[in-house]
This record gives sequence, structure tokens and C-alpha cells, in this order.
Amino acid sequence: MTFARFVLSRLAGMVIVLLAIALISYLIFYLLPANPAQLSCGRPCTPDRLAQAEAFMGLDKPWWAQFLTFLGGFFVGRTFGVGGTAIHCDAPCFGYSFRLSESVTQLIAERAPVTFSIAIGAAVLWLLLGVSTGVASALRRGSLIDRSLTTLSVAGVSAPAYLVGLLGIFLFGFTLNMVPVGGYVPLTQSPVQWLWHLILPWIVLALLNAAIYTRLTRGEMLEVMGEDYIRTARAKGLREGRVVGRHALRNVLIPVATVFGLDLGSLLGGAILTEKVFAMQGLGSLLLDAVGNLDLQVLVGVTLFSAFLIILANVVVDISYGLLDPRVKAGG
Amino acid sequence: MASGALTEQTPVVARPGVDFWRRLRRDRAAVAGGVIIVAFVLIALLAPVLSAVSGNNPYDYDLDALGPNTAPKGFGGGISARHWFGVEPLTGRDLFSVVVYGARTSLLVGITATVVSVALGVVIGVVAGYVGGWTDRIVSRVTDVIFGFPSLIFIIALGAIVPASFPKSFLIVLVIGFFGWPTIARVVRGQTLALKERNYVTAARASGAGPLHVMASELLPNLTATIIVFATISIPGKIGAEAALSFLGVGVPPPTPAWGRSIGDAIAWVGIDPMFLVFPGAALFLITMAFNLFGDGLRDVLDPRTGRAR
Repeated sequence: MTFARFVLSRLAGMVIVLLAIALISYLIFYLLPANPAQLSCGRPCTPDRLAQAEAFMGLDKPWWAQFLTFLGGFFVGRTFGVGGTAIHCDAPCFGYSFRLSESVTQLIAERAPVTFSIAIGAAVLWLLLGVSTGVASALRRGSLIDRSLTTLSVAGVSAPAYLVGLLGIFLFGFTLNMVPVGGYVPLTQSPVQWLWHLILPWIVLALLNAAIYTRLTRGEMLEVMGEDYIRTARAKGLREGRVVGRHALRNVLIPVATVFGLDLGSLLGGAILTEKVFAMQGLGSLLLDAVGNLDLQVLVGVTLFSAFLIILANVVVDISYGLLDPRVKAGG
Repeated sequence: MASGALTEQTPVVARPGVDFWRRLRRDRAAVAGGVIIVAFVLIALLAPVLSAVSGNNPYDYDLDALGPNTAPKGFGGGISARHWFGVEPLTGRDLFSVVVYGARTSLLVGITATVVSVALGVVIGVVAGYVGGWTDRIVSRVTDVIFGFPSLIFIIALGAIVPASFPKSFLIVLVIGFFGWPTIARVVRGQTLALKERNYVTAARASGAGPLHVMASELLPNLTATIIVFATISIPGKIGAEAALSFLGVGVPPPTPAWGRSIGDAIAWVGIDPMFLVFPGAALFLITMAFNLFGDGLRDVLDPRTGRAR
């Protein structure tokens, strides 16, 4: 199988999984008794007005027609109602929030930078931290460093980020007054303030998530260092740094990349807990608001967008396998 | 796959017995974890007794324990002879009782959700592995879809639209449990694939045993160790999921005490009353860590091969 075909088959699989997720979330959210038209109709809601609201939202059609219109919205946009009061939602349309009078696409575009800032900064930190401590731990197996890192990583895996985040806010925000206690400042407005507000969530998320990577890297590293090609590399006189850096690490990074793709994907889709702790208005808080107000269009739109990010991350990981490991490229 | 040292010392699946307990006892971290788990189980069972001894219950308001700003009066969030862990801000409910009863919520949801995902995962994994073919392919597609699902987001959203008449705690157990099965199914499927080539399975089949009999009587007993290990390892994740939902205000409904909800409520008070965060937080951290330590130890003793693979 050529590399291009490998990539294409992965992308096709991604589209199928996304369609399945779209269908399932659409069915569950729209077929359950909560009626979005009823909610927007207000009180008193006469049967006439309810029917009007349903027609406006397109809820009077059978479920499969609704689903197809919804899917079509991604590619060609969609229009709610007719005539002067019609609302148009441009492609790619993830739905329209009648409550906020804004398209879901626009809402996502407004909130995504907050979540992406949290997720990407934290992810870079925890990857560096986790991999380096994992390698250090494996190379000095059984030493004091190894044993303390192993203990610390169990603690890190066990502590919820929101709990440590709150303790961090108490210690560094309230008591020491070193960082803000919450909120977000856009990068375009003030890069310094942006960094200042993000530093605590980054460190908290990085410290806790790194724990998993430390354990994973350590385990993989121990296994790889026993392989024949490492002995060969040493035997041909390579220095230890080069053996570890070029020969061992390259193979350790493949399983690490899998986990990293999944973690980053799900964090990008909404750092719900972190956003709540640090009072940041990202995708997660958009979703929580939507839950509180039964804004089904936003619920489905954000759920799908998150699923899209998770699956995209998976596919990127799969494809980067092909680049990291020549055997995948050749063998298929 | 597994090279040398570890597999030589121990068989792939050790039979629980004298040897098992001796080896588990040697792992001090696992023993510590086990002791903490037993302690929390006792606390959860004896919750009414414990809070009665302190002269409180988790539901009564005690406005006398609060200052004029509705924050607890006195040292450490209102710690006193009457309120051992202080009181909740705003309501003055006894924090010791809330934490003690919270253990019930955490353990009950965590363990029952684990039972749900283990039951689903084992059945699906064994069938997929043993039957193979189309069944197997469909199962692995479904697994892909579930792994791609933003499960926390989905559970939150689902909680909002399910009719109020549906018991919320039961819903939480079901959904947390449901999203957990693919991990276990994947492991069980792998083990089943390996086991089904063994001679005793072939012999059973040759002597006319049907697929149901082979799966239930030949395969399942040999999967016990793996199932126990993965059940234990997945309990802390389930406890964490319940706490996260309660933290976000969409978990076990109030006034049932839940550590996650207390931590969520503590956000508004962390600058004034940090002890309101510390007690429920410490409880949640301890039980999660205890299960992690115990699970790791159990895995090393019972199932070293899967332990190495992760």
C-alpha cells in the first residue's frame, strides 16, 4: 500500500466515524422529549405559535429530513424561516442558537481561541516534561530519582486537575498574589496579560498530565533499551547520548504520540473543568451554558466539533506513525 | 511480544492462592492502597454512625456556625468540638458528615459503574474474539465511534435533556459505565483470541460443546485474573468521572452529599475558606490514589503481561 492510499483510507474512516457520531448525537438530542420549539415559544404558548416555531426551526419535518438538512448545513449553509424574518446560517453551519441569536459556527470561532490557548500551551509543556522525566527515570532505573518520580506520577494520575487548580489559585493567586485568580485576556489584546493568565492553568495541567507520560515513556524506554539494535548501536561505538536520542527515543515516541493525540484532541474539544476553575469562557463553558439553557443546537454543534477534533487528532497520529516508523509505511 | 525477564518469573495468568497473597503483601504500595480502600469502605458503611457520633447529619443547616458574611466562624473553616471538619459556607452544614456520606456516593457510583462496563466489556469482548468475522469487525467499528465521542461533553448534555422523572444517579451510573466498556472489551478480546487456540478449547469443541458453553465454561474462568485487574484499574476513573460531573453541577443531585459538588462549591470560597476545599478534595485524592496503587500492585501480581503492555 502506498503512503497516499494509507492516508486516504484513514481519512475515509474518519468521515464514516464522524457521520456515525453526528447521527447518534442528532437522534439522541432531538428525539428526546425536550422540544426546542417549546422552549423558544415562550409563555403563554398557543398551539398556533408552537407550530409556527416548529416550522421555523424545521422541526415539523420527519427526523431523517431534519438530519439531512443539518448535514447539508455544513456544506451549503441553511436558512431558517422564510421572507423578511428568515435567518441565514452560512456554511459550514453547525446549527443556530436562537437563544444567543448567533450561528453555532460563529460561537465556536469566538470561544475556540480560549480553549486552544489552554490546551496547546499545556500539552507542549506536559509532553516535554513527561518524556524527559520518563527517559531520566528509565536510564537510572531503581535510583532515588526513579523511585520518587514513580511515586509522584501515581499521585499525579490520582489528583483531579480542578482540585489542584483550585489549590493553585488559593496558593499563588490569593495568598502569594503572584498570578490572577482567573479570567482570560486575548492574545491580540495583550500578549503579556494572555501569558500571565494562562501560566497557572498550563502548569497545573502539565504537571498532572505529565504523570501519565512519565509512566508510559519509562515503560517503553525500558523495553526498547533491551532491544538488539540498541546493543548494535553501542557496539559500533556510538556515544550513549546518541544511542538514546536517535535510536531509542524514536521508537519510544510512537506509543507516546498515540496517547498524546487522544489527550490533545479531547482537551481541544473543551477543557470544561479547567475553564470552570479558572473562569475562562471557552468551548467548555459554552457547552455548560447550553446545557443549563437547553440550547440543543449548541449542544449538538459543540459535541460534533469536539468529536471532529478528537478524530482528527487520531488520524494525524495514525499518519505520523507512517512518518515516524518506516515499517508502517512499507507494510501498511 | 513480552521479552525475557518478567514472563520467566511468573506465568501469564497466575492462579489466585497462597502465592498470590504473599506476593501482593510484599508490594508495600499496594498494601497501603488496600488498607485505605478498606478504611473508606468502612467509613461509607458506617456513615450514619460516624456522623451521629459527632452529633450531626449532612442535611441540617447550622446558621449559628456562620459569620455575618455567611463564611464559617472561627479557625479553619469553623473547626470545633461540634464540627470536626468545620462547616459548609452559606449553609453551615457539618462538613465532616458531608465528607463521610460523600464516600457512599463516590464508592457506590464508582463501583456500580465499573460493574456495568465490566459486564458489557467482557460479554462483548469474548463474543467478538471468539466468534470473529463480521461480529468482530462491527464491534471494533463501534469501539472507534465510542473512543471518538467527547464522552464528558456528551454525558453533561444528556443529563440536561433526559426527563426529570428518570432517576439522575441511575443515569450517571449507566452512562459512565457505558463509556467504559470498550477499553475492557479490547483487552478481553485480545486474551480470547490467544486462548481460543489452546488445546483444551479445541478439545471442548471437538467433543461437541456449543459456543455458549465454550465461552462460559472454558474461556471465562481463564479470563478472571484479567477481568479483576481491569475492573480495579478502572474504578478510580469512574470515581473521578462522577466527581467531575458533580463538580460541574450535573452529577448526583443535591442534597445528596458528593465530594465533587463540594469542590465545585468551593470555587467561590477558595479565597476566604480554603478548608472547604481541602477536606472533600483530600478524600477524593486519597481514594483515587488508593485504588491506583492497589490496582497497579494487583496487575503486577496477577497479570504481568498486560501490565507491561500499557
